[in-house]
Amino acid sequence: MSWPTIKLEKRMPPPVWFQVLTPVIAVFISLLISAVFILILGKNPLIAFYYILKGSIGTWFAFKEMLVKAAPLILTGVAVAIAFIAKYWNIGAEGQLYAGALAATWIGMLNLPLPKPVYILLVITVGFIAGAIWSGIPGYLKAKLKVDDVVTTLLMNYIMIYTVSALLNGPWRNPVTMYPSSTPIAQNARFPIIIPRSRVHFGLIISLLAVLFMYFLVRKTKLGFEIRATGANPSAARFLGIDTIKSIIVISIISGGIAGLAGVGEVAGVHYHLISGLSPGYGYSGIIIAMLGRLNSIGVLLAAIYFAIIINGAQFMSITLNIPSYIATVIQGITLIVMLAMLLLFEYRIKIGRSK
Amino acid sequence: MNTGFWTLTFWVGFLAATVRMATPLIIATLGETFAERSGVLNLGIEGMMIFGALAGFLTTYFTKSLWLGVLVATLSGIAFGWLMAFLTVTLTLSQHVSGLGITIFASGLAYYTYRAAIGSPTVPPTIKAFSTLKIPLLWKIPIIGPILFDQYAITYIGILLVPLAGYLIYKTTFGLSLRAVGENPEAADAMGINVYRIRYTALIIAGGLAGLSGAFFTLAEFNMFLYDIVAGRGWVAIALVIFANWIPSKVLWGALFFGSIDAIGLRLQGTAIKVPFQVYLMLPYIFTIIVLILIARNASYPSALLKPYRRE
Repeated sequence: MSWPTIKLEKRMPPPVWFQVLTPVIAVFISLLISAVFILILGKNPLIAFYYILKGSIGTWFAFKEMLVKAAPLILTGVAVAIAFIAKYWNIGAEGQLYAGALAATWIGMLNLPLPKPVYILLVITVGFIAGAIWSGIPGYLKAKLKVDDVVTTLLMNYIMIYTVSALLNGPWRNPVTMYPSSTPIAQNARFPIIIPRSRVHFGLIISLLAVLFMYFLVRKTKLGFEIRATGANPSAARFLGIDTIKSIIVISIISGGIAGLAGVGEVAGVHYHLISGLSPGYGYSGIIIAMLGRLNSIGVLLAAIYFAIIINGAQFMSITLNIPSYIATVIQGITLIVMLAMLLLFEYRIKIGRSK
Repeated sequence: MNTGFWTLTFWVGFLAATVRMATPLIIATLGETFAERSGVLNLGIEGMMIFGALAGFLTTYFTKSLWLGVLVATLSGIAFGWLMAFLTVTLTLSQHVSGLGITIFASGLAYYTYRAAIGSPTVPPTIKAFSTLKIPLLWKIPIIGPILFDQYAITYIGILLVPLAGYLIYKTTFGLSLRAVGENPEAADAMGINVYRIRYTALIIAGGLAGLSGAFFTLAEFNMFLYDIVAGRGWVAIALVIFANWIPSKVLWGALFFGSIDAIGLRLQGTAIKVPFQVYLMLPYIFTIIVLILIARNASYPSALLKPYRRE
C-alpha cells in the first residue's frame, strides 16, 4: 500500500532574519490552531484574543500584574533553557520551584533578628540551595549512573509537591485560620515592592539578573562552552578533554537553583506564606518558554513575557467571555509542538512524497 | 468491619486493592512497551491518560453508557497516538519534546473541555460507575475468589492483555517487525519492513491503551472527573517499562508491585499508624526512582529508542 511520507532534504542554515522570525511565526500558527478550540464553543477567537491582550497589557494595572507573573516564568524559563543546552532534560522545574519555596518559608518563619537586606539574602540563598539539591540529585543520577533524567525529574515534582502538602496539612498548618497554609514569614524576609501601588516585587529584578547571568554563562565562560559542547556532542566534548559528567552535575545544580528562586519570589514577594497551589505549573511553562526562546537568553525573556500575557489575559478573558482559562494551557502545548516543528525548517526542506 | 492489621480480612482487602490499583498501570505500560519496542518513547502518555479519563467520563455522563465511554476514551488515545507518530515518525521531531508537548496539550484540552461541558459546579457531577464483575463460581473460592474474581471488567481486560501483548510481540510477524524496527531500522527496512507503518501502528496501540487506562480512573476507580486524577501514573508507566525490561509478562509483576504500594497507602490510612497520607501518596514515586537507580546499569533499551528514522 502507498504510505504518504514527508521527505526531508538537508539544507543550508537559513538566514539570520528567518531564525529570528521563527518564534514569531510559531506564535502566530499556534494561535491560529488554538482559535479552532474557541470557535468550537461558538465564540469569536478574535474577540477572545482581544480580551487576552486587554486583560494583560490593556491597562497600567493589568500590565503590572502581568509583570508579577512574568518574574517566575522568566526564572523557570532560564532554569530549563540552561539545562536543555547541556541536554540535561530538566522537566523538574516545578518541583525545584516548590523546594525553593519550602526552604524560603522555613527560614522566613524563624523570625530571625536580622536586618532586611541580610534576611532577604539569606532567604534567597537557602531557596537557591534547596532547588539546587532537588535538581542535583537527578543530575547526579543521570551523569554518574545513567538514570533517565526525564523520568526522575518528573517524579521528583510529585514527591516535592506531596511533601509541601504534608507539611501544610500537618506541622505547618496555620494554627489561627486552620487553613492548609503556613504562618506568614517575617516582615524583614519579604521582598520590597519595586513599583509603587502594585504587587511587582524584587523578584522581577532577580529574574532579569538571571537572564543576564544566562547570557554571560553561556557565551562568555568556560563552563558555558563546556555545557554547549556536552549538549551538542558528548563524545566529542570528552575528546576535547571536557569532563561531561561534571558539566552535567554543575548545570543541574545551577538550573535547579534558579528554578528554586522562582519559588522564593512567590513566597517572599507575592504570598508571604506557603500554599499548596503556589505555582499553576510555572515549572512546566518553563519548558515551553525555553523552547520558544530557542534556548537563548533574550529569547527566553521575550517568551516568558509572551506567556505571562497569555496566562494572565486568559483569566480576564475567561471571566468576561466565559471561555475556560485552560485555553492558556492548550495554547502552551500547541506552541511547544509548533515551535519544535518550525525548528525542523532550519535543517531541512520538506517535500511531501510517497514511499512504497 | 474489622480492619485490624493482622486479620485475614485486611490482607484479602489489601491484595484485592493491589490488583485494582495495578489495572491502569498494566494497561498503560503494555501500550508503552509497544511504542518503545518500535523505537519511540511516548512521553505523551500522561496527557493521553488524562484525556482518556475525561473522554470516558463525558461520554458516559451524556449517554449513560459505560462501554461507550470506554470506547471513546480508547479512540481519543488512538488520535493522540497518531499525532505523536506524525510528529516523531513523519516529521522526525524530538521524541522528548513532542511527547511533553502532547501531554501539556492533551491535559489542557481535557480540563478546557470539562469546564466548557460541565462548568465549575461546587459539587462535581458523578456517573454510575462500573461495579465489580463477579466471575461465576470462581469468586466463591475462599481468599483467591475475592482477590482475583471480584474485580472490574476493565481489570480482567488488562490482565488478559498481558498474554495477548506477549503473543503479538513474540509470536507474530508484526511482533518480529516491531522488534526489528526498534533494534535496527535500517536493517529492517532493507528486509522490506515498512518502518513508518510499524511505528505508526505501535504508537496507535500505545495511545489507545493509554486512553483506556485513563478511563479506568473515571469509570471504575472513581465516578467523577477530578483535576490531576491521573496524578503522574503515566510517568510511573514510563519507569515500569524499564523495570519490566520491555517484556509484557514482567509488566504484570511490576504493575502489581506498584499497585501494592498504592494499596498499602490506602490500607494504612485506616490503621493506628499515624503518618500524613501524602507520605503514602509519594511512595510510588520514591520507589520508582529507587528501582530506576537499581536497574539503570542492566537496562537493555531498544537500540533505536529516541532515534528518528530518515529514509534516504
